[in-house]
Amino acid sequence: MLAAILVNGLVLSGIYGMLALGFALTYGVARILNLAHTAFYMAAAYALFFFLGLMGFAPAALLSALLVLGLALLAYWFFLEPLKEYEATVLIVTIALALLLQEVALLLFGGHFRSVPALLPGFVEILGVRVAQQALLALLFAGGVLLLAWAFLKGTRLGLSIRAAAQDQEAAELLGISLSRAGYWAVGLGALLAALAGLAVAPMATLEPHMWMPPLLVVLAAVVLGGLGSLPGALLGALVLAFAEVTVVNLVPGGAFLRTAVALLILVLVLVLRPEGLFGASFAEER
Amino acid sequence: MTGPLRVWSLPWALLYLRHEVLALPGRTLALLFVLFLLLFPLFSQDPYWLRILTLTAIFALYAASWDLLSGYTGQVSLGHAFFFGLSGYTSAILGRETGLSPALTIPLGALLATLAGVLVGLPSLRVRGPYLSLVTLAFPIIATGLIFLFPRFTGGELGLSGLPRLGQSRLEEYYLVVVIFLISLLILWKLASSRIGLLFHAVREDEAAVRMVGVNTVRLKLLAFAVSALFAGIAGGLHAHYLRVAGPDSLSLFNSIQPVIWSVFGGIATIYGPVAGTFLLFPILEILRVTEELRMLAFALLILLVMRFLPQGVVRGVLDRLEEVCPRCKVRNAFTRRHCRACGVELHLPAAKEVKP
Repeated sequence: MLAAILVNGLVLSGIYGMLALGFALTYGVARILNLAHTAFYMAAAYALFFFLGLMGFAPAALLSALLVLGLALLAYWFFLEPLKEYEATVLIVTIALALLLQEVALLLFGGHFRSVPALLPGFVEILGVRVAQQALLALLFAGGVLLLAWAFLKGTRLGLSIRAAAQDQEAAELLGISLSRAGYWAVGLGALLAALAGLAVAPMATLEPHMWMPPLLVVLAAVVLGGLGSLPGALLGALVLAFAEVTVVNLVPGGAFLRTAVALLILVLVLVLRPEGLFGASFAEER
Repeated sequence: MTGPLRVWSLPWALLYLRHEVLALPGRTLALLFVLFLLLFPLFSQDPYWLRILTLTAIFALYAASWDLLSGYTGQVSLGHAFFFGLSGYTSAILGRETGLSPALTIPLGALLATLAGVLVGLPSLRVRGPYLSLVTLAFPIIATGLIFLFPRFTGGELGLSGLPRLGQSRLEEYYLVVVIFLISLLILWKLASSRIGLLFHAVREDEAAVRMVGVNTVRLKLLAFAVSALFAGIAGGLHAHYLRVAGPDSLSLFNSIQPVIWSVFGGIATIYGPVAGTFLLFPILEILRVTEELRMLAFALLILLVMRFLPQGVVRGVLDRLEEVCPRCKVRNAFTRRHCRACGVELHLPAAKEVKP
């Protein structure tokens, strides 16, 4: 039981980690609470499903990631950047975007459950738990992607400016960082991370047009739990919530429907004790 | 006016109508809207349209209650369905257990929703901004988990059905809902345009400054949560008894998001904006049922495009074209006037010529 929680929790936290990091980047730099974030993940999974019918896995994955990246940048350029001033408007524009993607998926592929064949079929036994090799591959992939993203953010000048914009918009602008350019990079990187998460999940999960909703809640909770604007916080939040979910599913018989409720309960408790999240800066001075 | 009695005299009412209501396109539209709602059954008693209008009125009240909390005080609630659904369930369970009529159980449900509003509002004293939105989002989802956990008491996934009806006929229910809707709206509107409403605005803009001038913002924010939850609860109770079902759908994420969409579409922090948004979007969504497959697609596209070009909402966008603020005395005027109706200053001055340096 413990081993199952450990292994499945790790796999799930890898996926949530990718999604949460992308979401935190988009919010931190472009100041967009992007409720369409996991819709990009759904779109990438469906794109993979579509392209796999035409070509091999590697080019299909590449094409889907590029497609989602293009979609996100287009949406940012046309809908989100001009409306940035109006917070509530941005909120419902991202909801409408998510609905749009969902409906397009529904129109093109129908509401049936679809599945993508696993890249690595078969199971291995770890600590007495049967784990699909595909899940391990997804975990490795997520770890690799997260390390790469981290290296990019920590190691390059561009990453430095993105992190600076996430930390303090005004100060960053004073130092000559173009917030608009940083915003495009952040949105692009965020969407790319969501797309990669979608690609990692596609061979393990069933695809359906509404699959973006459950992870959206968890990702929102994870980012807030870690503290908005804090990138390590987002990863830690994803880890905590993924393990909370897996624990509930494993320990409560028939408690699968409680997974999101428990994750959000943890969020509320943490926020009441520590209103700025685990790693977030206090907003007391900020007006 | 010389004495208080004159206020009620007919000429005064006519003068008021002419100079205060018909002088402004926005107010004329509001009057026409109220008349339309009250007189609609005289022209058509088609049960389909009565049903749509009744549901729209219920949801418009729900959206307006969201606006009082989130538009005015800036405490964006993404879990408003909690109050809506809680009141519906409470009313249903009370009715089943005690056999009371909806006339009594709906207010009781709304009262419980008010208490829940204060409870949800308590974190708002510590948590703010997007953090608070996420905390409010958690409540309906936790409640849904509890409902699935105790299916015997709450009906589980299917919910409670067979609730007592609001009235004997569709027409009676229509008038009941419309009258409750209009009265609640009036209360919300009066509250929002009172001193308290002004303070709500101030809390949204700069809470520290409001505290600094000696206003108890804790009480103010809790009041906003309580009033908003009360009206959301009334809407929830009416909705449950009108459809005669209290189900987990009323607590869903979608139901929390709906008032946000309607309010922002109509225009946030105005009270009448959400009403306009609901009365525009809800019937459109119904009419779009003719193309079932493209329905949500068209809906999403409509929202995207309208918001792209009218980012402050439809009401603000339209009124800004129909009305004009006098540059001197700040009174609003109809776009047809050439002189301000209060101070007589000329409205359409030719643009000042640019002076070249």
